Amino acid sequence: MGLMQLFKFKGGVKPATNKAQSVTLPIAKAPLPSVVAVPLHQSIGGTPRPLVQVGDKVLKGQMIGEADGWISAAVHAPTSGTVREVGMYAAAHPSGLLTDCVVIEPDGEDRWIERQSVDYKTLTPEQVRELLRDMGVVGLGGAVFPSHAKTQASRSVPMEELVINGAECEPYITCDDLLMRERAAEVVKGIAIFRDLLQPKKVLIGIEDNKPEAAAAMAQAVQAAGEDFQVVSVPTLYPAGGAKQLIRVLTGKEVPANKRSTDMGVQCFNVATAYTAWRALGHGEPVISRLVTLTGNVAEPRNYEVLIGTPMDELLAIAGPKADTDGIIMGGPMMGFLVPEAKAPVVKATNCLIAHSPALFPPKAPEMPCIRCGSCAQVCPHELQPFEMYWFARAKNFGKTQEYNIFDCIECGCCSFVCPSRIPLVQYFRFAKSEIWARERDKKAADGAKTRFEFKQLRDEREKQEKAEKLAKAAAAQAAKKAAEAAAAAAAEGGAPAEAAAAPAAQSPEEAAAAAKKAAIAAAMERAKAQRAQAQPQNTDDLAPAQQQEVADIEARRARLRDIAKTELAHPEAHPAEAAPAAPADDGQTPKN
Amino acid sequence: MEFSTSPYLLKDTSVRRVMTQVLLALVPGIVAYALLIGPGILAQIAIATLTALAAEAAMLRLRDKPLALFLGDGSAVVTAWLVAITFPPVAPWWLTVVGVLFAIVVAKHLYGGLGQNPFNPAMIAFAVCIVSFPALMSQWPGPGSHLAPAQQLDWIFGLAPRLDGMTSATPLDALKTALRADEGHSGPLPFLAGNAQAVIALCYLAGGLFLVWRKIITWHIPTAFLGAMGLLAGLLWLWQPAGFANPVFHLLGGGAMLGAFFIATDPVSGATTPRGKLIFAAGVGLLAYIIRVFGGYPDGIAFAVLIMNICVPLIDMYTQPKVFGMKDQ
Ligand code: SF4
Ligand code: SF4
Repeated sequence: MGLMQLFKFKGGVKPATNKAQSVTLPIAKAPLPSVVAVPLHQSIGGTPRPLVQVGDKVLKGQMIGEADGWISAAVHAPTSGTVREVGMYAAAHPSGLLTDCVVIEPDGEDRWIERQSVDYKTLTPEQVRELLRDMGVVGLGGAVFPSHAKTQASRSVPMEELVINGAECEPYITCDDLLMRERAAEVVKGIAIFRDLLQPKKVLIGIEDNKPEAAAAMAQAVQAAGEDFQVVSVPTLYPAGGAKQLIRVLTGKEVPANKRSTDMGVQCFNVATAYTAWRALGHGEPVISRLVTLTGNVAEPRNYEVLIGTPMDELLAIAGPKADTDGIIMGGPMMGFLVPEAKAPVVKATNCLIAHSPALFPPKAPEMPCIRCGSCAQVCPHELQPFEMYWFARAKNFGKTQEYNIFDCIECGCCSFVCPSRIPLVQYFRFAKSEIWARERDKKAADGAKTRFEFKQLRDEREKQEKAEKLAKAAAAQAAKKAAEAAAAAAAEGGAPAEAAAAPAAQSPEEAAAAAKKAAIAAAMERAKAQRAQAQPQNTDDLAPAQQQEVADIEARRARLRDIAKTELAHPEAHPAEAAPAAPADDGQTPKN
Repeated sequence: MEFSTSPYLLKDTSVRRVMTQVLLALVPGIVAYALLIGPGILAQIAIATLTALAAEAAMLRLRDKPLALFLGDGSAVVTAWLVAITFPPVAPWWLTVVGVLFAIVVAKHLYGGLGQNPFNPAMIAFAVCIVSFPALMSQWPGPGSHLAPAQQLDWIFGLAPRLDGMTSATPLDALKTALRADEGHSGPLPFLAGNAQAVIALCYLAGGLFLVWRKIITWHIPTAFLGAMGLLAGLLWLWQPAGFANPVFHLLGGGAMLGAFFIATDPVSGATTPRGKLIFAAGVGLLAYIIRVFGGYPDGIAFAVLIMNICVPLIDMYTQPKVFGMKDQ
């Protein structure tokens, strides 16, 4: 283990780790479940499109959902069997909402597709990334961000450090610990893949110092592979395993909320992600299983290799939950959640299931008022002022919560952990964030609707004006015709007057049309203006400068749109292309965002 | 099943536990007080505690709040103890009662109860009483006078006539008088009842350090308070040793230690950000010095704290710490 200077992050707490229970036994393979339900959406980004239908036979490892866009990752059948359902199913999500799943009835044979190992060094980086995406490799530390999308260095900033996260700071969870102890060589091979894609100057593997066995195994594997990765023991302090915290500890860099870590020359992957990357390329195995710690109120806590899609209750039963178990926490006790539906399937983000019991996690004491003791601020790893955010979240003053940087909050739970008044601070922050998102969405929808409305008005005006033009033309033609007839009659009578009559008649159709058009445009513009003025009372006077700026920006955007529309009115035939995509007024589509 | 959200693991703590530790930290100072100056202080603490609990219960009932939960949080008892030990030990019982009632009913509950008071309740009590009853609030056992326990109780409960000769001003007052009379002041320590007050102050210091160690308070407020007061006192003393007392006298005399560790650190009414705490406490230290040296009151802590309480929202607003990753932007 290399000796190197470590940095500190502010705050952090030291909850009882409760890891010893589940590390005594080696990793075991969970038995084939009675059913597997594979959610299509298991990563950040686009929801994969299903590739199978009810009744289809699938093989283990067969792609059943194809990545939708670049930020997305494919999903695969965890075992061979028959597709019984493609539709809504219970999900591992705190909301309790259903999600799109492919439900497979295993045939018991567990028969693989043909697996092909590839020598990724013969492929271009682009091909490697595509392969990782199609193998469903995503961040297994819990964030489930598609890994391939993180393997591109910034164009302007050279990659300095690749940080590999083996910290595993959450209490109870030990799956990364066991993975490193038992499969270190393959983790190292996976790290090499990310190293080759990103080309960093150095690779730092951070492991909390309460896992000496894992650190030793990793160091040995690194040496055996002839790599120059550094295995670094970091002080045990929750949340040292947060990506930003670990980057800080190992490199001294603080990646702010508004920046990508590659913009600062650093990137971070979890050890389990590295392992699956190697299995994908080196063995042709897509991500169809993962290690899950079964612990808490169970007879035999242990780590299992579990197929994605395994129902949680069925899985937990293996560890023998005790009689007073009254729920399942997915994830750790600091950031996890009680699953609302026990049959919800294990997903790629499921690193741990904790059998919940009132004895293990006593009901929370009643909430008291905040005494501004500042404990929450002292432990916040992002150096926020939780009690101020709480105060404004409670008052539903969400603008203020944003001023206090609520979106920098990683929901680590340190603040709630120490609060003597037992205020569920994180719960308030989640509430505030979701409210802000909802309002953002509403506002966007409303803005979209307003823009569409204005376009529709302008278009109506244009149609009216075109009608007027037509009428004018018809009238002019009529007049011309009459004049011509008159002229003809006159000509029949004698030569000279015919010319005199014909001259104005010849001019008249064009002039009349032009005049009518002008008048119609002017009238239309006037009406539109008046309507706009009515529709938009300018109640923007007592806003904060930032908001006024925002309003001004929006107004400017609208003005631009109006200008485009106006040019269109004046020269209807000049810009047909611009009008078409910009005015989806009546097609009944909702805006995509 | 109770459906709560994470974290499910909580540190074993509560408001009650925090308050209990504050009380515990006060004990050494109180014991020294009782031994060196007299047990009257114990009677005062008892009177104050009972009054505070009764007032708290009545207000909770009026405001329709869960009685057991809030009465047990210990905050009223902390206020009561601070009132008792900042008031003269031989003050008549009703003065203590009036002070505590003011602290609990007006300064705390009329402002919204626990966590809502913009002013330090104990200091409101002190300020109101010293303005309303200046003579009674200035009667301290004189230098070298040892009042018998029974006599102290007689005074507190009004059973014996108060002899003006037996009580005098605080050491700070005495100093002020002495300096005005051009008698100079040479001793390094306050001289009330021997060095009793310095010993008590050191006990408060020990209790305060316990609170820092237990992470109930941070170092910022005591350090800035004592630092600012000591610095100003030191400068003036260096400039005119005959005209000003030395800084040790100021730090160990009057309510400086108590104020620095137990009063200015009241979280509810004080500044909360690290830099804010430094500014807030330095302000209290400086103002307290100015008031006690140049003002008309025996000590300046109470007014200094109340004045700085007013500035807290502003201080907090302008001292918001930079968040993670935003320090050099
Ligand atoms: S820890 Fe709780 S009581 Fe203390 S300031 Fe934060 S929210 Fe308030
Ligand atoms: S949950 Fe958010 S506010 Fe609370 S300590 Fe963690 S980052 Fe800070």
